[in-house]
Amino acid sequence: MGIIKAKDVTFEYIRRDEDGNVEGLTTAVDHVSLDIKQGEFIAVLGHNGSGKSTLAKHINAILYPTEGTVWVDGMDTSEEDKLWHIRQTAGMVFQNPDNQIIGQVVEEDVGFGPENIGIPTKEIWERVEESLKIVGMYEFRKHSPNKLSGGQKQRVSIAGVLAMHPKCIVLDEPTAMLDPRGRKEVIRAVRALNDVEGMTVILITHYMEEIIHADRVFVMDKGRIAMEGTPREIFSRVEELKELRLDVPQVTLLAYELQKRGVGLPDGILTAKELAEALLRTENV
Amino acid sequence: MLRDITLGQYYQTESVIHRLDPRVKLAGTLLFIISLFFFKNFIGYLIAAVFLMLVIRLSHVPFRFMVRGMRAVLFLLLLTVVFNLFLTPGEPLVILWKVTITKEGLKTAINMAVRLSLLVVGSSVMTLTTTPNNLTDGMEKGLRPLKVFRVPVHEVAMMMSIALRFIPILMEETDKIMKAQIARGADFESGNIIRRAKALVPLLVPLFISAFRRANDLAMAMEARCYRGGEGRTKMKPLIYQKRDRIAYLCILIYLTVGIWLGRLQLPAIG
Repeated sequence: MGIIKAKDVTFEYIRRDEDGNVEGLTTAVDHVSLDIKQGEFIAVLGHNGSGKSTLAKHINAILYPTEGTVWVDGMDTSEEDKLWHIRQTAGMVFQNPDNQIIGQVVEEDVGFGPENIGIPTKEIWERVEESLKIVGMYEFRKHSPNKLSGGQKQRVSIAGVLAMHPKCIVLDEPTAMLDPRGRKEVIRAVRALNDVEGMTVILITHYMEEIIHADRVFVMDKGRIAMEGTPREIFSRVEELKELRLDVPQVTLLAYELQKRGVGLPDGILTAKELAEALLRTENV
Repeated sequence: MLRDITLGQYYQTESVIHRLDPRVKLAGTLLFIISLFFFKNFIGYLIAAVFLMLVIRLSHVPFRFMVRGMRAVLFLLLLTVVFNLFLTPGEPLVILWKVTITKEGLKTAINMAVRLSLLVVGSSVMTLTTTPNNLTDGMEKGLRPLKVFRVPVHEVAMMMSIALRFIPILMEETDKIMKAQIARGADFESGNIIRRAKALVPLLVPLFISAFRRANDLAMAMEARCYRGGEGRTKMKPLIYQKRDRIAYLCILIYLTVGIWLGRLQLPAIG
């Protein structure tokens, strides 16, 4: 069994109108099953309301499935006595950088998680130093979070999770509120986490460019997993992605249109460099 | 402009007083204030003033910052002096038309003025030399005995430090909402006080909604990071008494003994 496993997970909630009367039942996650192995880089893609964030919150035991089961490192998330162990194993980074930083100094915020799980003072300092170095924010350890940019704040949030020594880190649209530069910074940090530290990463996003480096991609729609595969496989199914209202990267779209008009190109081209090389090859033939 | 706001009135510099454990400063300030109410003659106040001057000297904070705190309570101070001066019955000293100043009145007025000034300057020393964060930590640990009476000490301290963290964020947000409403024709600056208060409604409603949303998000983020109250929590920066803290306690004790002993003597000069 992998580090994260979900079987037939369904999550429903009751919609109410302004007076609190029941309007109906919304199924945010609909019979989702997945199995994620240690060290994998997983991307979950979907437009707003596709249920991707709801699914993410199940991994950290913030939400419990209405039906089905989620296991984190072999622990069933609905078992209450393992709750804190689960949250420590699968750390979570949220969308809004301002609303998840607790400390008034960067290093204090990173130390918040270890403090909560009762790590001795000396070790907290070691963990804080190590985590801040991984995300490249060590020079800012004495700064106030209010003076940092969005990308820097998100990196501090990531460090805060890392300091708890999780086996897996779930990032719920960490770049949605950032500018392009901040987005790049955060994605670079996340990739390093996976490549260098071997951390299992689950990245929830609606930006196509961010999933290119993933090992596996799940595309969600209406609470179900609509597509699954490597980025290359996913990007080769341009028509389906368009139907799911997802933007395909420009290069991939261009390659797809050229292919349709008879240029002999391989499927699922991801980068401009790749396309250029492929085009050069076709001309030589 | 709102970005650069400083919280509390902390004055950043290096000094022994700054480095003291916040618990020492809290206890010291409290004892100092209590001592002021024990004095019966001017010697007590003199000792208190000298002690305070020494502490201020050690703190390296310019004296004008201390006096700045006085400005806020100046009105209260004057009011107290005036009331005591004119309304205390006793042996008349000066009679101006219908107003009488009595000997007792003059005495109480001076007494109150000195006491209040020392009190304000004394507490300013604490807030000027301790960061709000440090102060919360000190309160959390110093008030721990109150847990016996079911006072949620840790929770209150946590709330205070979160409030401090969010003040600048909410300030910035207020600024943003204000600009957005001005752009749509809101007028915050003209009209009488009732109109101005009414104009604040479109500012406060979005601000409150956003504050609640933030609170909700933060609570989730804290839970995701295994926060479950003060039980079993360790500290990254624990408060441990150093040698200087013990010396400080000793100084406070000496001040208290000498001050209260001399300050309660019956002196014929002051009656």
